[in-house]
Amino acid sequence: MLDVLNEQLNAKGEDPIAFDSDCREGICGMCGLMINGDAHGPEVTTTCQLHMRSFTDGETITIEPWRATAFPVIKDLVVDRSAFDRIIQQGGYISVNTGSAPEAHSVPVPRDDAMRAFSVATCIGCGACVAACPNGSASLFMGAKITHLGELPRGQPERDSRVVNMVAQHDHEGFGGCTNIGECTAACPKEIPLDVISQLNKDLRTALAHGH
Amino acid sequence: MNYEMPDTTTTAEPSQDTPAEMTDDAAGYYTPGDPLVDAKAPTGPIADRWQDRKFEARLVNPSNRRKLDIIIVGTGPAGASAAATLGEAGYNVKSFCYRDSPRRAHSIAAQGGINAAKNYKEDGDSVHRLFYDTVKGGDYRSRESNVYRPAEVSTNIIDQCVARGVPFAREYGGLLDNRSFGGVQVSRTFYARGQTGQQLLIGAYRALERRVAAGTVETFTRHEMLELIVVDGKARGIIARDMVTGAIETHLADTVVLASGGYGNVFYLSTNAMGCNVTAAWRAHRKGAYMANPCYTQIHPTCIPVSGSHQSKLTLMSESLRNDGRIWVPKNEADCDKDPRDIAEEDRDYYPERIYPSFGNLVPCDIASRAAKHVCDEGRGVGPKVDGVRRGVYLDFAAAIERPGRDGIEEKYDNLPDMYERITGENPYEMPMRIYPAVHYVMGGVWVDYDLMSTIPGLFVTGEANFSDHGANRLGASALMQGPADGYFVLPHTIRDYLADGPFEKVDESHPAVVEARTSVEERINHFLNVNGTRSVDSYHRELGNIMWEYCGMERTEDGLKKAIDLIRTLKDDFWRNVKVLGTNESLNQSLEKAGRVADFIELGELMCIDALNRRESCGGHFRGESQTEDGEALRHDDLFAYVAAWEFAGDGEAPVLHKEELTYTAIEMKQRSYK
Ligand SMILES: Cc1cc2nc3c(=O)[nH]c(=O)nc-3n(C[C@H](O)[C@H](O)[C@H](O)COP(=O)(O)OP(=O)(O)OC[C@H]3O[C@@H](n4cnc5c(N)ncnc54)[C@H](O)[C@@H]3O)c2cc1C
Repeated sequence: MLDVLNEQLNAKGEDPIAFDSDCREGICGMCGLMINGDAHGPEVTTTCQLHMRSFTDGETITIEPWRATAFPVIKDLVVDRSAFDRIIQQGGYISVNTGSAPEAHSVPVPRDDAMRAFSVATCIGCGACVAACPNGSASLFMGAKITHLGELPRGQPERDSRVVNMVAQHDHEGFGGCTNIGECTAACPKEIPLDVISQLNKDLRTALAHGH
Repeated sequence: MNYEMPDTTTTAEPSQDTPAEMTDDAAGYYTPGDPLVDAKAPTGPIADRWQDRKFEARLVNPSNRRKLDIIIVGTGPAGASAAATLGEAGYNVKSFCYRDSPRRAHSIAAQGGINAAKNYKEDGDSVHRLFYDTVKGGDYRSRESNVYRPAEVSTNIIDQCVARGVPFAREYGGLLDNRSFGGVQVSRTFYARGQTGQQLLIGAYRALERRVAAGTVETFTRHEMLELIVVDGKARGIIARDMVTGAIETHLADTVVLASGGYGNVFYLSTNAMGCNVTAAWRAHRKGAYMANPCYTQIHPTCIPVSGSHQSKLTLMSESLRNDGRIWVPKNEADCDKDPRDIAEEDRDYYPERIYPSFGNLVPCDIASRAAKHVCDEGRGVGPKVDGVRRGVYLDFAAAIERPGRDGIEEKYDNLPDMYERITGENPYEMPMRIYPAVHYVMGGVWVDYDLMSTIPGLFVTGEANFSDHGANRLGASALMQGPADGYFVLPHTIRDYLADGPFEKVDESHPAVVEARTSVEERINHFLNVNGTRSVDSYHRELGNIMWEYCGMERTEDGLKKAIDLIRTLKDDFWRNVKVLGTNESLNQSLEKAGRVADFIELGELMCIDALNRRESCGGHFRGESQTEDGEALRHDDLFAYVAAWEFAGDGEAPVLHKEELTYTAIEMKQRSYK
């Protein structure tokens, strides 16, 4: 749709509208627009996978960039989400160097834990949760990461430091706090559940109790 | 979940009777050059070669590593894994990507899985079998020594990924699950539901970000490499454009790695992400890196058909669907616009089952794709007409739904039917799906030696961007194996041998070679912004894509390719004079970005056609109409074409120079495929 609009603008000699988009399959997390006030529009999907069928003929559609203090607008519909990368840098990993990994079957992972880890690892980092949240909080994003690594045996050694450092970076970036509104999970194209935020809070309390 | 097809080689002898004069269709389009030899590959037993090379590769002492700068272009599985590993080793790494985060490389869309010779199923798999399957699947057009290596380190990849928290699918006992991919007789594919690409990539991304925090890796996002800097014959840096501010930046280093992915988007429509392009590789090519086998393209038979001329992207549907669906088109052209459910059984042509009675709907990718093209060319395609032709065939689940039932299908194919419905608006449980082949992957790429170094010393190329592991056709789940193999386990060893001679003398920004590179980038950008022509960049890209798809797609012929070369040359001329790029350099300008990419695609397209013209044989994904058996099957000519075609850039408007690298097999015997 925006491709078509841009071809028309180009033909008229007007500057095309800048917007982000890449895989067009709802998996890369690059695209993201507020459409009629909803992050990624009316359906549970990404902007690129939303079809014009979702609208009535002749309807005026309002599109805006993601709105959040921590995602400054770069141009038109393009925002800067590098704050997410910086949150990951603060602990969204397991510290294992290449070459030092033990045989994969040495530590079995109960299937339910593996399934849960996978289901929250489906987060595509698009930022819809932040854009939808009235507080501009990235708690759902962080909760997904904390839960994913926290479900796996290999994620345990750094569990406390991970949550403490990631949360500190989150606050530092200017994301707001979570007040349990739930808009984030409603907007999430991968349907990450709200309970990852409870997990986040629980892990944080535990870490603090451990003296972090 | 793109499963790929069984590779069932039989031992029919390849034909040896082609007259030699038939082979030079491309005479006049190129200049013959000296043969090329890869001197780095160790000889000796295949299973020992990599161990030998690793041992011979010189070491760099830890205090020197800090003084060595490495630029890595690309953050896909190939680039991110290399950046993380080299950062861990203590080198200074600068990592570039043109998306807003390293996590968003194109590989994120890979669905099906990654191969590894763990033999967890005890079903007879081994490193040697994975190696063998890959060489055979590549139709004997890859380099034996190279292919062995990813098979060898594949098991380490799984260990590494699991240790870093990649959530692969598991069985009830808590151990890793495997599936078989497209009829290969062993189960060696590891997967994370339909998201293997994203999970592997994010695993590497996490490792990369960890090194960013530690200070050994610096990331440059929304930065596009637009030129390679070559000083005294060695790769010493890149010119990159900050895509937000338009600043043209010079980045210098001791060595440069390209992990910039594939160029399938030269066809305009493909299953690749919108941004995928050839610019990094092509700029290197123009500076002296040879391009190898650029015409080798993989076309996937089960994609959602093109629905209109506004379409910008094609979507892959799992090939596994062919296990349960039956493919057909109407027998009569008159039925093509009818509701398929109203077409009587006797009026349907289940053409794969008719033409290939023993393999039926499960013939390999290339064969299934060509068969679909033929029936559509005959006018028996289905779905909406695009440019006057219906390009689609039915994939029908009616019979399958009766057998295991709808629930069985749902369980097996997860969200695929939904995905199809989301895109087409049709419910595949009620209406047969429509599918058509689409470009999916390129086997060709920058020529590299066994050390993954190009013909420019100090320039290394990994992942889909190089040519090295897949020959003329790639087996399913092997691209996700190659990228991490290169980045985690191969490059870190071979690059140290090169860096052992360093640190090299620092290059100054005022060095003439640096100034030249930078000026050429600025001039190109100024040119695009000042042409003030009448046609959009996209319209050129689309036209190029049409030419490539028509003449250098599923079936290639001498006449067609020559015509395509003429058309591309005309298009190129027009593009440089008549393209319209609005806006300025000094801000985010997506049409300016595309202009540079399309300019390079046009040049690449011409080289692909010349390469295809030279190769008057059919092998893997490359099918020459002139080289087929009586039954219309692909016919290889090992006597004439068992070589890698490595092309040297000879200057604008000059014929490229062809260097041939002979392929010899000592561990595997060459055989011809047959599927009847
Ligand atoms: C739909 C789909 C499904 C697939 N499924 C499978 C599968 O199941 N199994 C399998 O094995 N393979 C699969 N493949 C193939 C596989 O995903 C890719 O071939 C492979 O992952 C490529 O990885 P890469 O790291 O080489 O490149 P990419 O992931 O393409 O990364 C390229 C990187 O280079 C950067 N880059 C490129 N040019 C520049 C430049 N000029 N300046 C700066 N940065 C640049 C990009 O930003 C990006 O970070 C699939 C492919 C597609 C399209």
